[in-house]
Amino acid sequence: MNRKHLFSALIAISIFIFSCGGNSSQAPAGSTPAPAPEAAKPANDTKGVGKFTNVELTHPLDEGMVKQGQAIYELKCASCHKLSTEKLVGPGWKGVTDRRAPEWIMNFATNTDEMLDKDANAKALLEVCMVRMPNQNLKDDEVRHVLEFMRKNDGKN
Amino acid sequence: MNRFSLILCAIGVITATQSCKMKNTESVVGGDAAAKVYVAPGKYDEFYNFVSGGFSGQVSVYGLPSGRLLKVIPVFSVNPENGYGYSEESKAMLTTSAGFVPWDDEHHLELSQTNGEQDGRWIFANANNTPRVARIDLSTFRTAEILEMPNSGGNHSSPFITENTEYVVAGTRFSVPLGNQDVPINSFKENFKSVASFISVDKTSGNMNIAFQIALPAMNLDLSHAGKGPSHDWFFFSTYNTEQANTLLEVNASQKDKDFIVAVNWKKAEEYAKAGKGVKMKTQYVHNVWNEETQSATSKTESEVLVLDPAELKDVIYMIPCPKSPHGCDVDPTGEYIVGSGKLAALIPVFSFTKMTQAIANKSFEGEYHGIPVLKYESVLHGEVQKPGLGPLHTEFDGKGNAYTSFFLSSEVVKWSIKDLKVLDRVPTYYSVGHLCIPGGDTKKPWGKYVIAYNKITKDRYLPTGPELAQAAQLYDISGDKMQLLLDFPTIGEPHYAQACPASLIKDKSLKIYDINKNHNPYVSMGEKATKVVRSGDRVDVYMTAIRSHLTPDNIEGVFVGDEVYFHVTNLEQDWDVPHGFAIKHNPNAELLMMPGETVTLKFVPDKQGIYPFYCTDFCSALHQEMQGYLRVSPRGANVPLKYGTGNTEPANTTAAK
Repeated sequence: MNRKHLFSALIAISIFIFSCGGNSSQAPAGSTPAPAPEAAKPANDTKGVGKFTNVELTHPLDEGMVKQGQAIYELKCASCHKLSTEKLVGPGWKGVTDRRAPEWIMNFATNTDEMLDKDANAKALLEVCMVRMPNQNLKDDEVRHVLEFMRKNDGKN
Repeated sequence: MNRFSLILCAIGVITATQSCKMKNTESVVGGDAAAKVYVAPGKYDEFYNFVSGGFSGQVSVYGLPSGRLLKVIPVFSVNPENGYGYSEESKAMLTTSAGFVPWDDEHHLELSQTNGEQDGRWIFANANNTPRVARIDLSTFRTAEILEMPNSGGNHSSPFITENTEYVVAGTRFSVPLGNQDVPINSFKENFKSVASFISVDKTSGNMNIAFQIALPAMNLDLSHAGKGPSHDWFFFSTYNTEQANTLLEVNASQKDKDFIVAVNWKKAEEYAKAGKGVKMKTQYVHNVWNEETQSATSKTESEVLVLDPAELKDVIYMIPCPKSPHGCDVDPTGEYIVGSGKLAALIPVFSFTKMTQAIANKSFEGEYHGIPVLKYESVLHGEVQKPGLGPLHTEFDGKGNAYTSFFLSSEVVKWSIKDLKVLDRVPTYYSVGHLCIPGGDTKKPWGKYVIAYNKITKDRYLPTGPELAQAAQLYDISGDKMQLLLDFPTIGEPHYAQACPASLIKDKSLKIYDINKNHNPYVSMGEKATKVVRSGDRVDVYMTAIRSHLTPDNIEGVFVGDEVYFHVTNLEQDWDVPHGFAIKHNPNAELLMMPGETVTLKFVPDKQGIYPFYCTDFCSALHQEMQGYLRVSPRGANVPLKYGTGNTEPANTTAAK
């Protein structure tokens, strides 16, 4: 009996961990959450693993960055990510800036392998998508431009 | 008693001799050999070893001391494995004045140098059969340039270089008439020339150009090496067949006791060339250059070459007599000693550069060879290594005053001291060693840790594989007084000369990806949005992209039997080690491998109607098996509109071929 319960509990826990939208906060204890300049705090404010620890968001959107971000999207991202909510190879981008912290997005796009190995949310995505997200070699300013384009796609201002 | 001890002595001697003969591999390999060549999984080797592929036409790259094969770089032969010579972009690399030549016999390699030391920028390779010189870029490990040699019959004494890579040389092994004149073969002495070409190398781009050629008298130029340090201005070429035979050379070119080492003052020859002393000869040779920006090769036919006549070059060329058809011609790290290896000789002559300059100053000549002064053997000789072995071929240096010479006939490597010419050690090779390589062993700065012997025959060394067996390399530790055999490893084709250098010279500047933003291939698709299929007459250009794990477009219709279909596939990945491949059913061609950020083109002319699947050939992801598509080829004149896409879910166009 006891063993059976334990088993069920384990399954439940694994489902929770591996499910794509696992919302458990991954922020290490004691770290202060990023200031939330957006209207609402992202549902999951973990920043992930990488060099980006504090991304200043601009209001209104920087249309120059949006434009460059869109060009990068079309060259390096559009093969796998739609701008709707529909999953292609990777998740659709609609709402990504609501689901993820800006730092997490930028760390995932630039420090892809380490994120896929260490970050629980990135790992969970891999379980769903079954293709390791390619590191597309974006420079720091390029990934920031892509983030701006994502914000535009999500109707931020 | 006396008789008794004599008998004992005799038995002792016999036993000793026999045990010597019984020596086998097991007894030769020391107990710590395995530890010395063990490179743990995931760890890097200490040296790169570039090994010529001989009749494979390619260059293979091994790690030392493990002997692990890292890569085969296609150079002079097509390589269906990655599309070299098959893709539209690379075909031009193998163009010659005789058209497209898909194969050659690659013999020697030389790493570029600065101040007489390896600099890890390029490696040069020669093609013996259709005479050419190639330059391989060591940031990409790709052939960057191939230059054809006019007035050459077989480019053998090549591609050796001067101390700052000012020049690469290309000396012809088979003399031929200049300008492809139609003459009787037996007019060899009068009409044939052995031409030594000096190819200038641009300091920044590495681009090669024939600066000048020296038309030496008819004979066979065999090998060469540049001087260094004090002998910086000189180049030395070994020769055979100074008998000038044009038939049965086996006998007729082995008549004389001595042939020559040709000493050429290239600095002075350069002055003569710049002063316009030569003749600009009309000829045809092809120059192929790979362009990193357009990711494709271009071929240019050159029409002129500057030829210098030795008769007009005063104080430039001298002949040094050298016993018995010399093969190797090697200069020690100090630049003072020149070692000639007579392949039929039982001694090794070592010449002194200082003595050579004195002999020239004193006009210590024993005569002339077709107008070129012949120096007196004794006045140039530093000394001879006596009874070193049978059939010396090649010599490398450890930078500690020692030379290592390979002996083909007696299958051994012999270590000897340059200064006093004493034999210090000898080890057997298995079998019939040709070239040797010590990392940096022909430069000013050798890393005298290992010598590698490249053997022509392996016979019983490996599991039998039918009549055709691998040739092989053998690695010896030379860090101590005695050479120690550590490892055997089989090689690609027939290994001739090789080069090795510390991994640190190359590994950190190795390119990881092609930046897609710098991709200027005219057929690039900058993102999936830019993919398209364009018809122009019978030509169909498919602008396709590849990324884990789909091709775009992956459904193509409206192509007809006999169309020339060009698949221009751009790999959109920007991560290290994520190539994609491309192949389509029944294409009588090859596959393509596209490195990240690269566009490569495959031509396909379907000659039957049908559905032709195409797919990614290089396992790229968990969904690699899904990375596929279909080309519909309809009969000519069928009413099938051009249609293409990926992931389109609109109702199928049900038009059938009529």
